[in-house]
Amino acid sequence: MTSVPDSQSDGSGGFRPSMLLNDTRYRGLTFQFVALVLIIFLVGWLGMNLVSNLAAAGLNISYDFLDEPAGYDINQALIDYSSRSTHLRAALVGVINTLLVAVLGCITATIIGVTAGVLRLSKNWLVARLMSVYVEAFRNVPVLIWILAIGTVVTVSGANPREFLTRGGAVEPNSELILGAFALTNRGFYAPSVLLGPGWIAVLAALVGGIVGALLWRRHVRQTLFKHGKLLPGWPAWAILVLPALVVQLVLTPVSLSMPDVASNNFNIQGGTLIGKPLIALWLALSVYTGAFIAENVRAGILSVSRGQTEAAAALGLRPRRIMNLVVLPQALRVIIPPLISQYLNLTKNSSLAIAVGYADITATLGGITLNQTGRAIESVLLLMLFYLVISLSISAVMNVYNASVALKER
Amino acid sequence: MHRSTFYGVLAATALTAGAAGAATVDDVKERGKLNCGVSTGLTGFSAPNASGDWEGFDVAVCRAVAAAVLGDPNAVEFVPTTGKTRFTSLSSGEIDMLARNTTWTFSRDNDLKFEFAGVNYYDGQGFMVPTGLGVTSAKDLDGATVCVQTGTTTELNLADFFRKNNISYEPVPIETNAEALQQYTAGACDAYTTDASGLAANRATLENPSEHVILPEIISKEPLGPLVRHGDNEWGDIVRWTLNALIAAEEYGVTSANVADMASAPGDSPEINRMLGTEGNLGEMIGLDADWAANAIAAGGNYGELFAKNIGEDTPIGLSRGLNAQWTEGGLLYSPPFR
Repeated sequence: MTSVPDSQSDGSGGFRPSMLLNDTRYRGLTFQFVALVLIIFLVGWLGMNLVSNLAAAGLNISYDFLDEPAGYDINQALIDYSSRSTHLRAALVGVINTLLVAVLGCITATIIGVTAGVLRLSKNWLVARLMSVYVEAFRNVPVLIWILAIGTVVTVSGANPREFLTRGGAVEPNSELILGAFALTNRGFYAPSVLLGPGWIAVLAALVGGIVGALLWRRHVRQTLFKHGKLLPGWPAWAILVLPALVVQLVLTPVSLSMPDVASNNFNIQGGTLIGKPLIALWLALSVYTGAFIAENVRAGILSVSRGQTEAAAALGLRPRRIMNLVVLPQALRVIIPPLISQYLNLTKNSSLAIAVGYADITATLGGITLNQTGRAIESVLLLMLFYLVISLSISAVMNVYNASVALKER
Repeated sequence: MHRSTFYGVLAATALTAGAAGAATVDDVKERGKLNCGVSTGLTGFSAPNASGDWEGFDVAVCRAVAAAVLGDPNAVEFVPTTGKTRFTSLSSGEIDMLARNTTWTFSRDNDLKFEFAGVNYYDGQGFMVPTGLGVTSAKDLDGATVCVQTGTTTELNLADFFRKNNISYEPVPIETNAEALQQYTAGACDAYTTDASGLAANRATLENPSEHVILPEIISKEPLGPLVRHGDNEWGDIVRWTLNALIAAEEYGVTSANVADMASAPGDSPEINRMLGTEGNLGEMIGLDADWAANAIAAGGNYGELFAKNIGEDTPIGLSRGLNAQWTEGGLLYSPPFR
């Protein structure tokens, strides 16, 4: 065969430029390529504009400000921080505060959401309707409104801390601390703080031992159930969990409580632990708001499990609660987890509304006060975006691993 | 919230190419309107009245500049800005000038590349507390919870004051003045701190002003003034000298009532004549009409009239002139000569 292959007739070889438009095999690629070039050009144009306009205005992009003293105070800092700390440290305080409210919020939103989702399917008319009202009310009002509303409710319903103060014994207080240890005020919830004395390691060790012991007991219960069909009681697990640590604490008393102090200051209760109003308001608002969405996910997940499963379990003699825990929920999780991931992401991102109630999250410190004091808007906003991106991708990654572990195993 | 800031920055830097370099005065004349950044609402300084027109002490500066440049004090587009957005708005060219009780500081002047046109109110940061607290000095505030508006110099002053006096406090950062005031009245904080003029304005809007007291300590210098972008000196001069004209007019006794008469024909005072354009060519030098200053003064009156009308002792805000009196009366207001 020495003849030249005819590209027209067999269509396997040869390529002419006109095929880029006329041949369906290449047309798609052509348009994608054109779109990509346009996008690159647009982004490049915006970027060049940014750089040239900054240069024209005599401004530059620099992160040197992060090393300078911040100069402002933050009302909730879980790490050492003073107004002499750097902007970087202030940003770190904000990061920790964001993570704190995100983690707390995700946990409570899940508890609220699962409860509400299950109860919405209850056969009890009143309970089911109440849960519908909860879901619809919270899902359909913007979260910022809920944050402001709950913040206002906490402010208005709590007593002024001055009601509790004795001012060094000079004044008879209007209110007493509950059990001498707790107080709900319009500035937050006061509770005793935990002081770790020498030997607290022993309590910690006992607690860890207790947890391991409790897990072992539960395994033992499960094995006895599977091997002998005999169901052992579950309460010893709790006893094993608590008792060792309690004994060590009672004998050595290394851990003590520091009660809130009402005598030493004229304005606020001192000492103890203060869970600030901003945190309470933000945490509650994010939890109930996201909880409403999670409830819908849970309901959808449960409804996706065929009724036959429930009926079969009932036919085996399982009680309703065990049917839910052992048969329905494990299967429903496969449907629930993927949308749950995006709810966790939403909650974390929504926490950037914190400044509405004065909570010092990363948006309030780096993206608020630092941005304003230094005027480094572009730098701060870029850092903020990077932070939220990293956090969101991390949450996604962790939840995807969990999703893979509960997903249907195909063999 | 951060998202809108970001878009602002993006739009600002990306879409208004060359805004910083162009002559602002030409843009304003071409547009026929002055874009003036003001606060989102601070009674007496800049707030919309019952019929929706902006009025106040800062607003009056905008109107005077509009009158000087365009001959019409109403040719102003007021752009409400928050403490957060104000600088981005100005540097992006969204607004031509900012008159929003903004403190003149070194870093804003140099690092942020702005040009302060002068001082229209000498202020200082103070504290307001309920009288029921029995506090008479800011130094008694040890352990107190203090509401503070974020994105202002007040946060830094507050931190410095308490550190210097070695006393502690709990800051509650609040985004806007209105929310801060609400927190304060609800008792979520013991004290509210901002510029003393702002405190007086806020106190006037409270249900029962006599139950709140402004503490005597002034913990900072807050020279408030209008500002423009760095680099457009011609425009900076126009704003600066419009403000100076208002101040000088009070000193020379030119008021909104007699400015029309005085500007119609040369009078006895050469300085007034030069300022009002009946003698010399100051208007030409600054690139405006000869009657630019007369228009600015006619817009709302001289500095003293504006002060009395918006924030003076006869208004609910009730500020006394204090540092803001003319230099001839022991104050700090001192306009360079018009010659």
